[in-house]
Amino acid sequence: MALRQLLRGNEAIAEAAIRAGCMCYFAYPITPQAELLEHMARNMPRLGRTFIQAESEVAAISMVYGAASAGVRTMTSSSSPGISLKQEGISYLAGSNLPSVIVNVVRGGPGLGNIAPSQCDYFQATKGGGHGDYHMIVLGPSTVPEAAQLTTLAFDLADLYRTPVMILADGLLGQMLEPVELPEPIDPASLPRKEWAATGAAGRDPNIILSFDLGPDNLKRMNEALQAKYREIRKREIRYEESDVADADLVIAAYGSTARIAKSALQMARAEGLKVGLFRPITLWPFPYDALRAVADHVDTVLTVEMSAGQMWEDVRLAVAERAKTPFYGEMGGVVPTPRSILNEVRKDAR
Amino acid sequence: MPVDVARMTKVFERPKSLTEARYTYCPGCHHGVITRIIGQTIDELGIAERTVGIAPVGCSVFAYLWYRCDAVQVAHGRASAVATGIKRARPDLVVFSYQGDGDFASIGTAESLHAANRGENITVIFVNNQIYGMTGGEMAPTTLVHQKTTTTPDGRDPATCGYPIRFSEIIATLDAPVYVTRQALYDTRRIQDCTKAVKKAFQNQVDGKGYSLVEILSTCPTNWRMSPTQANEHVANVVTQVFPLGDLVDRG
Ligand SMILES: Cc1ncc(C[n+]2csc(CCOP(=O)(O)OP(=O)(O)O)c2C)c(N)n1
Repeated sequence: MALRQLLRGNEAIAEAAIRAGCMCYFAYPITPQAELLEHMARNMPRLGRTFIQAESEVAAISMVYGAASAGVRTMTSSSSPGISLKQEGISYLAGSNLPSVIVNVVRGGPGLGNIAPSQCDYFQATKGGGHGDYHMIVLGPSTVPEAAQLTTLAFDLADLYRTPVMILADGLLGQMLEPVELPEPIDPASLPRKEWAATGAAGRDPNIILSFDLGPDNLKRMNEALQAKYREIRKREIRYEESDVADADLVIAAYGSTARIAKSALQMARAEGLKVGLFRPITLWPFPYDALRAVADHVDTVLTVEMSAGQMWEDVRLAVAERAKTPFYGEMGGVVPTPRSILNEVRKDAR
Repeated sequence: MPVDVARMTKVFERPKSLTEARYTYCPGCHHGVITRIIGQTIDELGIAERTVGIAPVGCSVFAYLWYRCDAVQVAHGRASAVATGIKRARPDLVVFSYQGDGDFASIGTAESLHAANRGENITVIFVNNQIYGMTGGEMAPTTLVHQKTTTTPDGRDPATCGYPIRFSEIIATLDAPVYVTRQALYDTRRIQDCTKAVKKAFQNQVDGKGYSLVEILSTCPTNWRMSPTQANEHVANVVTQVFPLGDLVDRG
């Protein structure tokens, strides 16, 4: 029987990771993801698994690189300033095709910013962040139960495609308490063996993990293999949710916590007779361009709402490609949009 | 008289755990000697099938080519953290990192120090050639006072660049490491000592004792602008004055 518990987003992600067979977790403390680290500190050693409070986020992501090289499921988590420090490691993980899960409980930036919820790291997460031509799969949960589900998915996708996967949450989701039905724990020993991993060359040729080749032709081939993988991911893994779009004149495009707030705004707007829908990307990379374009074909307006100056807005405009109006409403610095403030924008644009 | 090969006894051969791949190192550089010592150690301990080597960024970036064992190439300075990740994931593996002085004692300062402080059960080979070989001979944290490099063209001035850092001595102040030693390779006696030290550093790990560090004073004839012989003499007469040889910690 699946267990129903009242958990914070941070705890739900931590517990789902444990149940997904995460064997090694490495992180450095930072608000607002401290509960995630603390949950792992309490529970990983008890299960005979590895928890290390690393000396820095640079070290933590490098430890992830090591554990992933050795073929186990592994994760790190942090919040915005810490994720900036992890960019080196993320680039190496992508370049070396290493399955790994990185959680960013985003807070206000730039610089030290603050500890309030934000979505200001969308560009960094979806467009690169580190050096080189790479992508991570980026998953944007909007409720605590979904944060748990997407954590399970993150580990599966990481292994399937041998790629880093990021869970892009925010301070609101990290701190929010909700009832969650957690999945049954899997036995890590039951996972398929990773034949490519550095586990000792007994009875086989050595396995070498690397992101490096001095020869431009060889490195080009390695890059082409990465791009081929990204094409597969784009083909198979796009996820999104549509609410009330069928008869809508205006569709709100929002992800994460903002999408959840936008749902309340949608209900208020519908109560006023405004035909409003919601388009919520779940995979932020790959972005559901085609699905959103199909929506844009039969609405007047796609209103993007974000806790940023308009980062996903760029992807929305790429998707909509002038088929509809694309206004934007954003809050910054940790200010959270309210259902009413979104409704006000909807009213303006629905006119 | 024709030589009958079949009747000759082999007294010296390439360690089984080294591949046939040719080194990318310059003539007279000690990286090759160190690689051989590690290969021989892996053979003697019979651990090739459970060893994972870590190749850093630096002249030894290709280290994964020389060993017949699994290997992981890592970001500049992060080798000790990656070693930590591998070893914690698979404590049954023998994990060694191979790191230059720039890698270990400059950009990797935090990772190097904290892996040692946690007493990770790993073996670290720290190759101190007092220069950045790979990038063309810039100043390293270990560069000697007044030593000329491409970024200290008038010699390292302590007033602006500080002094050569004795990183092994810093690590030796920690409670966790079981073995910290500084070795050199400028004559056969030192090569023998160094071979013993490397073996001990691996044996400690196999025995589950904890963190072992072997710093090896190495040469860079190319960037020091010396002949291999001069470079050896320089280590023996000058470098060892700043970086004294011997065990700093032995809790084995
Ligand atoms: C993050 C980063 N910074 C700088 C470099 C460039 N780089 C490559 S090797 C090297 C110096 C290596 O020196 P050392 O560790 O002493 O090893 P050696 O080459 O002397 O063997 C530097 C600075 C890099 N690859 N990555």
